Amino acid sequence: MVDELSASSEGSFISRDRAWHPPAYTQAYKSSTLRSPRNALLSLGQTASELTGPAFGHSLLGELDNNLIRNFSREGIDAIGQRLIIHGQVLDENARPVAGTLVECWQANAGGRYRHKREGYLAPLDPNFGGCGRTITDANGYYSFRTIKPGGYPWANGGNDWRPAHIHFSIFGHAFAQRLITQMYFEGDPMVWQCPIVGGIPDMAAIDQLIARLDRHNTVPMDALAYRFDIVLRGRRSTLFENKLEGN
Amino acid sequence: MLHPVPTLKETPSQTAGPYVHIGLTPNFAEIKGVYATDPGSTMLTPDTKGERIVVSGKIVDGSGAMVNDALVELWQADADGAYVAPMSPNSNSTPAFTGWGRQPTNAEGVFSFETIKPGPVPGPDGKPMAPHVVLWIVARGINIGLQTRLYFEDEAEANASDFVLNKIMDPRRRATLIARKEPGAVPRYLLDIHLQGDNETVFFDV
Repeated sequence: MVDELSASSEGSFISRDRAWHPPAYTQAYKSSTLRSPRNALLSLGQTASELTGPAFGHSLLGELDNNLIRNFSREGIDAIGQRLIIHGQVLDENARPVAGTLVECWQANAGGRYRHKREGYLAPLDPNFGGCGRTITDANGYYSFRTIKPGGYPWANGGNDWRPAHIHFSIFGHAFAQRLITQMYFEGDPMVWQCPIVGGIPDMAAIDQLIARLDRHNTVPMDALAYRFDIVLRGRRSTLFENKLEGN
Repeated sequence: MLHPVPTLKETPSQTAGPYVHIGLTPNFAEIKGVYATDPGSTMLTPDTKGERIVVSGKIVDGSGAMVNDALVELWQADADGAYVAPMSPNSNSTPAFTGWGRQPTNAEGVFSFETIKPGPVPGPDGKPMAPHVVLWIVARGINIGLQTRLYFEDEAEANASDFVLNKIMDPRRRATLIARKEPGAVPRYLLDIHLQGDNETVFFDV
């Protein structure tokens, strides 16, 4: 297990397919206009600086870090909203579980209001909801959060743009080359297909990868609906040894 | 077949948005009492070996405006040029230096890390790379995190033979990665990051 995870025994990461990701400049998402480089990215053969990355021990985590219903609660009062379990597996492109990696998330409350000083939306704050969570994947790459379903919210982009309900995710992987921030959406939400941020992703199949599926099997009766959201990080190429050309 | 075809596609990136601080630096976002400290806010302990420095800069957009809602992560080697082992299985120990920091930009678009000067790390060409730190920048309007490097102006000789700097054909663009030194009891290395325009920083596809 340890050998399987160790960085030194493996090769470089599979190149990022930048036609699968959103490009830097996506016209309909106006903020990208002045925040996208005009020059081409410089391709870099990966060095030790990209093949390594920070590791986080379980000692980082508090008991309620992955329970957003309770981790900001003032007097043991649960956050208001539809109770959810969001869970899934972090894998790499070779379908190998990514164990022991930090997964962080943040979101608005049930009314679509973020707890942030720059947010001025008139939907009220929930005094018992902060909106941040984190956990570390287990030996098989699984993670889970308890939270409430975020509301959609309006934003100053087009004249009447609303974000679909979403949860932001940040994942480290085992190397800085795998670092990823993304957003999770909910199955069946019609606003997913109207959103300029989602629409920056060129391929419908790539968008579909961001949509969590209702998971009746893990739904807890009389308590919380479950949604399943698997996350895929870049995979590594095997190291090619002279005496073992097929790799490992 | 030398390498099997990957069976899955990478999860596509999305912008971190304007409220990235809620999740990644909640105490900075005034969400208190959930995490004791913001992850990556402190890189040093009294036991950390190496020369104390500050790495700092502004993030500027294509119109020259300061990007005051960005989040920057820094990854670097220790003073001996070694990265902390990526996976220390089941380790709950806190090493004296993890090599990783995370800082938001302030109202003036400035990020700042209190760290140590990294040692040279072996490069793929067999020679040591010049001392550098890796920076990863996310923000509203940035659809996929931007990765760059910060080098030190007082390492001119090492910079001249650096594996990565030498991949940049135009020497004027190479200069966008070299931080200016402001001497002092704790030297400051200053590098402005230009997302777009005449002085656009070199960003990497790693």
